[in-house]
Amino acid sequence: MADAIQDFPLPANAAAGRVTPARVTIIPLAGLPVVGAVLVFLVVAIAGNWLWALDFLHVAGGGLWTGIDLFVGLVIGPIIGRMSVPARVEFSTRFMPKMVLIMPTLVIVTLASGLQLARALGDLAVPYPNHWWLVASFVVVGVMAVIALGLLEPANLAVLFELKKPKPNGLLIAKLMRRFIYTAGITGVMQIATLIIMSRLATW
Amino acid sequence: MSDSGAAPARKLPPVVESAVASMALVIAGGIFLAAYLPRQAPLPIPIGLISLAAVLLAATVVMLTRLGEFAWNRFRQVSGWALAAYLVIAGMLEYVLLVDRTRGALLLLMTVTLTIFALDIPIVLGFSVARHQEVGSSPTA
Repeated sequence: MADAIQDFPLPANAAAGRVTPARVTIIPLAGLPVVGAVLVFLVVAIAGNWLWALDFLHVAGGGLWTGIDLFVGLVIGPIIGRMSVPARVEFSTRFMPKMVLIMPTLVIVTLASGLQLARALGDLAVPYPNHWWLVASFVVVGVMAVIALGLLEPANLAVLFELKKPKPNGLLIAKLMRRFIYTAGITGVMQIATLIIMSRLATW
Repeated sequence: MSDSGAAPARKLPPVVESAVASMALVIAGGIFLAAYLPRQAPLPIPIGLISLAAVLLAATVVMLTRLGEFAWNRFRQVSGWALAAYLVIAGMLEYVLLVDRTRGALLLLMTVTLTIFALDIPIVLGFSVARHQEVGSSPTA
């Protein structure tokens, strides 16, 4: 991916041509009702201990989380890196606000339903050495959480706010985008470990 | 290249590093506790990790209070919304713990863990955005 990560200084007013600051949205409000509905469904599934719903939420949420991370980190990221700066800005202003809503929702749905499902199916009570697979999944998720919440998401938000300025700082955007692409790549690779662990858990 | 929209370069204290370290410690404590499920884990190690995380969070807040001139409007805007979101997330996880009948010292420890977690992230997000903003920038800008 190294060839995809280069510093492209933003030419003066590069962002102003097609993406004006007024058009940059941080949180797409239209998506909030969907997020609310998903969270309500999660609460109801946990309260009612609906095994099918917990299974659905964990598999669908986890599959999307893993798939999006892999796709963004290993496919979209390098493509963004090779785009022209105005195209990169244009893409980011439309793509990143959606990620601000989608990813935290998928993470909370997958983790909460997964813990409840593991408890209901008795997976948490599996003795060692098989229990190490569970611990490994906790560690992978923990490391990904620190990277995503401590590096990736702040870079994502900082880019969006920079783009809202009348004259965005191109060097800063390039630096933050480079961080976003690297961290998305790292979490994408870590998701492969998650896939292996979850396949092992589902078949023991 | 246009730099005119950027905040002037200024040496800032390691607020993000401290808050991320605090977050990593509470996550490590949570992993330690979860590794023993469904039995209760021995508490001294997670208590140590979470206490250290609380100290780091307190240090982060102290660093923030000593900042002086800063894009506080933007910081409050971003961290306020992030706090609302992460309180919902922490509340969901607390709810799962209560549904699973977690009680006593373990519940207290997990509640403290979730509280620190829900405070660390808004600080990281708010500071990461505000450090690049002009001092006194309007939240609506």
